[in-house]
Amino acid sequence: MKKWLFFGVIFTLIAALMAGCGKSSSGSESDGTLGKIKDRGKFVVGVKYDTYLFGYKDPQSGKVEGFDVDIAKALAKKILGDEKKIELVEITSKTRIPMLKNGDIDAIIATMTITEERKQEVDFSDVYFDAGQSLLVKKGSAIKSVDDLKKGTKVLAVKGATSGANVKKAAPETELLEFENYAEAFTALKSGKGDALTTDNSILYGMAAQDSDYEVVGGTFTEEPYGIAMTKGDKEFVDYVNKFLKELKDSGEYDKMKAKWIKE
Amino acid sequence: MLNFSILTKYFDLYFQGFLTTIEVSIIGLICSFILGVIVAVMRIAPLRILNWIGTCFVEFIRNIPLILIVFFFYYGLSNYINLSGFAAGTIGLTIYTAAFIAEAVRAGIQSVDKGQMEAARSSGLTYIQAMKHIVLPQAIKIVIPPIGNQFINLVKNSSILGLVAGMELMYFADYVHEKTWISFDTYIFAALFYLVLTIPLSFFVNRSEKRLARSY
Repeated sequence: MKKWLFFGVIFTLIAALMAGCGKSSSGSESDGTLGKIKDRGKFVVGVKYDTYLFGYKDPQSGKVEGFDVDIAKALAKKILGDEKKIELVEITSKTRIPMLKNGDIDAIIATMTITEERKQEVDFSDVYFDAGQSLLVKKGSAIKSVDDLKKGTKVLAVKGATSGANVKKAAPETELLEFENYAEAFTALKSGKGDALTTDNSILYGMAAQDSDYEVVGGTFTEEPYGIAMTKGDKEFVDYVNKFLKELKDSGEYDKMKAKWIKE
Repeated sequence: MLNFSILTKYFDLYFQGFLTTIEVSIIGLICSFILGVIVAVMRIAPLRILNWIGTCFVEFIRNIPLILIVFFFYYGLSNYINLSGFAAGTIGLTIYTAAFIAEAVRAGIQSVDKGQMEAARSSGLTYIQAMKHIVLPQAIKIVIPPIGNQFINLVKNSSILGLVAGMELMYFADYVHEKTWISFDTYIFAALFYLVLTIPLSFFVNRSEKRLARSY
């Protein structure tokens, strides 16, 4: 008898969980994001905290800085008239889409490549940065380009990013190891857990800038256009953000921001 | 309702991870049990230096987060020995669990009446013989429930391998997640795979507890 009671409890729990899931996905779709931001008086945006040059929390000053962060601040200024009316939320490649879908953040500005797969889940702005995937290796490594990735080569990547799948396409024989974030993947490379680290060149340049023993090799083997991701179906907000990006580029502000961070 | 097409489409990935989780669990179970019993005996042996080593091991290991122990073996040792995620994770998990098992076994041994050891010793058995034939068999009955709990914890804690590219269930669940972005369903299926392992383990522990209780 006790056994059946036990099973009963387990299945009730699972059923309750499923029921909860159904509710959360169907409900709560009020005004557009733009209205929500204005009501709140604050723009809540997901940025990276571990990606040098784009979104990076300086361990000493505690400030989050980078190209993505500057774009986010400019957008907050455009919507609310003050770049300080912003709340930066730390996201990773793995958590960003679920957090946007949950409504925890208004937008994702976090080195996010526009892909067909992701367009099923979120809406993207126009391209705001053109990156491409490349390889980071220890100086003097035999790997000079993606063609050198053979069977038995271990390539490190980050979970939730497109880079893992891309390198598998370009070099199907390699072994792929994926980590939680860029800091861990870079530590793994430094500890000799793999032969090369792959992701967008923009991020790799940041890593190479931090440790001169490592270099970016072989040029880019993919095109990674970065976009700002927003809740799916919110056309008003997407149009607004596209207009904002165009203004930013036309005014020359964009080039200044880019030059501040990216030096190829 | 759960989206079962995720499960059918990515079953191979889940299953590959599931097999690794079983592998880690079995290795961890056997090794942490042996190591745990050795450490427990060291802690109560009539030799100061052994007591001291045993106590240091237990207090040091069980008061550190598991992830740090695994990172130590994965990243920390990499200049001396380059362990794979699987090896580093399994070793870390084994050592971590052994500390808890040692505590459970020590408590069990100490709960066996002192007279048992004294009687065995005075009938001519050595300390090790007395421990092996008289005290440990009695202690084991007492410690089965707490050790069973540690085994269940071990299976669940094996998810730590996902953080060091150990290619077990959690690693592949993350992998499926980045293909589908349906977080809830993806991880619920991972949870079900864990339940497939832990529920029978739970029953097995309960049953052997009853059996051993009867054998008195």
